[in-house]
Amino acid sequence: MINDFEYFAPKTVKEALTLLDKYRDDYKIIAGGQSLLIIMRQGLIKPEHLIDIKGLSELNYIKFDAKKGLRVGALTTHRTIEKSPIIKKSFGVLAEMENRLASIQTRNWGSIGGNLCHGDPAGDPAPVLISLNSTLTIASINGERNMLVEDFFLDYFETALEHGELLTEIQVPTISPNTGAAYTKFNVIENDMATVGVAVSITLAPKGGHCKDLRIALANGAPRSMRAKQAEELLRGKKITDHLLKEAGEIASAEADPISDIHASAEYRQELLKILVNRVGKEALSRAKKP
Amino acid sequence: MKKELRLTVNGQPYELYVKPNSLLVEVLRNDLGLTGTKRGCESSSCGICTVILNGMAVKSCSMLALQADGAEVVTVEGLANGGKLHPLQKAFLDYGAYQCGFCTAGMLTSAKAFLDETPKPTEEQMREAIDGNICRCTGYNSIIRAMRAVVNGEYEETR
Repeated sequence: MINDFEYFAPKTVKEALTLLDKYRDDYKIIAGGQSLLIIMRQGLIKPEHLIDIKGLSELNYIKFDAKKGLRVGALTTHRTIEKSPIIKKSFGVLAEMENRLASIQTRNWGSIGGNLCHGDPAGDPAPVLISLNSTLTIASINGERNMLVEDFFLDYFETALEHGELLTEIQVPTISPNTGAAYTKFNVIENDMATVGVAVSITLAPKGGHCKDLRIALANGAPRSMRAKQAEELLRGKKITDHLLKEAGEIASAEADPISDIHASAEYRQELLKILVNRVGKEALSRAKKP
Repeated sequence: MKKELRLTVNGQPYELYVKPNSLLVEVLRNDLGLTGTKRGCESSSCGICTVILNGMAVKSCSMLALQADGAEVVTVEGLANGGKLHPLQKAFLDYGAYQCGFCTAGMLTSAKAFLDETPKPTEEQMREAIDGNICRCTGYNSIIRAMRAVVNGEYEETR
């Protein structure tokens, strides 16, 4: 049963921030509500005030230029990102990730910002954004601040968003040449949340072909979206071989701290991570090598 | 405190007052009497409540009714034209794409929204079109066969 609440539908970001400041102790923001309504319907949270930002069209956009990179408004729907020609062309892994996120219905109404702010460690966008070194802009009545997506997640369903704050934009730097990025997740039914997910981005040196830089990020490998930094250390600066990728999988798996739940045991999740880090690493490497 | 909601459903404009915590599916079924849209899982998992909002398939159980303010909604009742069934409905009948019929309204709206967006889908895409809709009876293949028949032009659009 969804509780009775006072409902506000601000028309501008400024109006929204004023409301967030006014009700800073007891409100919830609703965007697409594809995560929020599930927990409200179960009575897990009962906010006194609901601030509906779905109508803030000024936060619905996809912008790209080679210098500034990609900028996505927080209210852009998953489906818009999935279908965006700009994103398919220059940030293909984002479109691929969105294609596997939930179902078409959810993607049509749910927003990328809402997904991130929900803070579910099983979420698909976070590891991909982390692997691409993405940042966020957070606004409040007092101004704006920026942070890395990888620093945004603190714990299960807990993000760095403070009272009175609103996520407004996600930024993805232009992808360097000789970079390959890939994402996959394991689930039993297509549409399910990730049992685990792995995103890898590899940048190779132009002629040497050794790994200049890389990022490995995991969905549902821990209470929060995390980077497998020890696994990255193994590969950074080296010529990546099949053997090294296999070892990276083992290290990432040991680094991770997944839970056991109704969908899988921690051991099974660790086994999946071992295999997927290897597999996705291989795919990212092959994409990086493409001319 | 109830809030004003104005929306168009199946071409008909409505103006009503709803509690903010009402879901779109509740307003469609209880306030507007359009019970073609079903409630199933109550957990946003099954897709049985799918309607078409501004051309997009959405789960009406997973949306506050007030978020449909100003929108054009099409429910399963809006697919037929006068007495004439929509090609998808005819195909579903011919290809046995239903047994108990409980998922059918959601399947039809998902399929319609998808085919309106992608009139010539691949096999893969057709399956993707309904991957947000669960069916316990048919095993999905008859539904895909019905969709394929429509895509192949077996049912001329006669409106």
